Amino acid sequence: MIDMHLPILLIVVPLVSAPLCVLLRQKTLVWAFASLVCVASLGLASMLLIRVLEEGVISYAIGGWIAPWGIEYRVDTINAYVLLLVSIIAAVLMFFALPSVVDEVSGKQHYLFYTAYLLCLTGLMGIAITGDAFNVFVFLEISSLSSYTLIAMGRDRRALTASYQYLIMGTLGATFIVIGIGLMYMMTGTLNMFDLSQRLPPMFETRTAMVAFAFLTVGMLIKLAMFPLHMWLPNAYCYAPSLVTAFLAATATKVSIYVFLRFTFTVWGAEFVFEKLNLDIFLIPLSLIGIYVTSLSAIYQTNIKRLLAYSSVAQIGYMMLGIGFVSVTGLTGGIVHLFNHALMKAALFLAAGCVVLRLGSSNLADWKGLGRRMPVTMAAFVLAGLSLIGVPLTVGFISKWYLILAALEAGWWPIALLALLSSLLAVVYVWRVVEVAYFQKADDDSKIKEAPLMMQISMWGLTGATLYFGIQTDLTVNVAQRAAGLLIGVTP
Amino acid sequence: MKHESIPRVVSKWFIPPILLFALYVQFHGDFGPGGGFQAGVIFAAAVVLYTLIFGLQAAKQIVKPRIIETLVALGVLLYAGTGLVSLFLGYNFLDYTALDPADPPHGQHLGIFLVELGVGITVAAVMIAIFFAFAGRRRLR
Repeated sequence: MIDMHLPILLIVVPLVSAPLCVLLRQKTLVWAFASLVCVASLGLASMLLIRVLEEGVISYAIGGWIAPWGIEYRVDTINAYVLLLVSIIAAVLMFFALPSVVDEVSGKQHYLFYTAYLLCLTGLMGIAITGDAFNVFVFLEISSLSSYTLIAMGRDRRALTASYQYLIMGTLGATFIVIGIGLMYMMTGTLNMFDLSQRLPPMFETRTAMVAFAFLTVGMLIKLAMFPLHMWLPNAYCYAPSLVTAFLAATATKVSIYVFLRFTFTVWGAEFVFEKLNLDIFLIPLSLIGIYVTSLSAIYQTNIKRLLAYSSVAQIGYMMLGIGFVSVTGLTGGIVHLFNHALMKAALFLAAGCVVLRLGSSNLADWKGLGRRMPVTMAAFVLAGLSLIGVPLTVGFISKWYLILAALEAGWWPIALLALLSSLLAVVYVWRVVEVAYFQKADDDSKIKEAPLMMQISMWGLTGATLYFGIQTDLTVNVAQRAAGLLIGVTP
Repeated sequence: MKHESIPRVVSKWFIPPILLFALYVQFHGDFGPGGGFQAGVIFAAAVVLYTLIFGLQAAKQIVKPRIIETLVALGVLLYAGTGLVSLFLGYNFLDYTALDPADPPHGQHLGIFLVELGVGITVAAVMIAIFFAFAGRRRLR
């Protein structure tokens, strides 16, 4: 039975578990239950990816209503890959959650925290799995609303304003998306993505199609925090509880990038978007400017979490750059970076979270001498930081390699050069932290206790993964290559 | 407003019919306009009216916040649970035919009835919870 209903179970299991958390109430019990659910989701997502790689596209009709009329869950290589990423991150973070949430979230709200966490997971996986354009919007709202709640649970009162700012921008983005989808529905009378991709081409000349595409694209770009629409992101990541920051940084923007890929390549088709409307003319320069501007902003931050948040926006620039090349290699680079960046940024935010637990601060000035005071945590930070720069033998190198390869393939060597040079900015902001932590003497040089084992497991698990996938690229690159081929070549 | 006799008497007259009307909108939703969402809001409106007239404390004694929270969860569980039942009976998720395979329209009818009941419960509870949260807010000095 599990085999047949795999796609729906992946969504329903966390969805049903969220209200059960409210009924359970007891802190540790809720945590144990939520962890179990996350691990189960990981199992289901891996089974799904294996099946998709073996059998090709899987379709599931909800309520037994067949595709163009009913809501269809449609899983191919790309979403199976994103689903796996989201569930891996959600499951690994649960170890970190127990001590970290006790420290950062008020005791009365723990069960609500895990409820929101599971709902957010449901929403993110729902966005990735569905083959129905309106369903994407519904799940987008589920994940967004729960992430506003999660961010607002931060210890700092500024978390409330950050969450509110994100709410305004997120709602704006979601509204644009739903206007776009509404116009598409008006033109074609269908919401099924596959059906849309066949009914839209005759409408390409109309102004409605242009307007629909414009609304949809701007909405998605807000959601994925593309420069210059990223202003909601740094505050939201900075003031949210550590666990939430790591979770959102590794999954939320990545899933939005998947939505962008799905709509531009599958629904509208690369021909319309890139040959007729020439979106790449905007995408490539904006990505490059974004990489430079936000990396520079990262250099000048005095708060580590905010520094990492700006760096996230810069990394999104690399992914969009890869997409902008519109070639199999470029897309492979973008999709691989989507996975790799999730691993390293989560590892970095977890390391920051470990320090916050012991030190109570993510201000750079307080991190003086931390290399001696918390050597294990800082070692993880440095390793993941190397990945961010793109040093060989780390995952960061793999994704940059494909991006530069794609630029050279297209004959755009200045872009390759610019992308390479931008890594130097990453060197600068990672080095700033290293310099403070290892070369400046702390006022109080006593050793601090390392973070609890549970948190170390998550942190080192992800840091280890950034090294493992930097050497063993079979899973990530091969699947990304298949996904890229699917998006570009054989448009379904 | 506890001491104003006209609002008190009028609201006492009004609250029962409002609750009854909510149930009507809920269960008559498959024959006329209505459904779980509308019914839930109307039901919550009755509680809101009671709170406005008799105060938050009195209202919280009738509808306890703890119970409200449980109902929020139970409504969702009823909805998803209906879907899971059809899953366990060998049909697709939310395929209500599973509830009465001999007579599919009846199965669909029953399925939508249960799902809408779940929606009604959750919407009413959420509305009340939001209202209580705002009403209970103290001004910061």
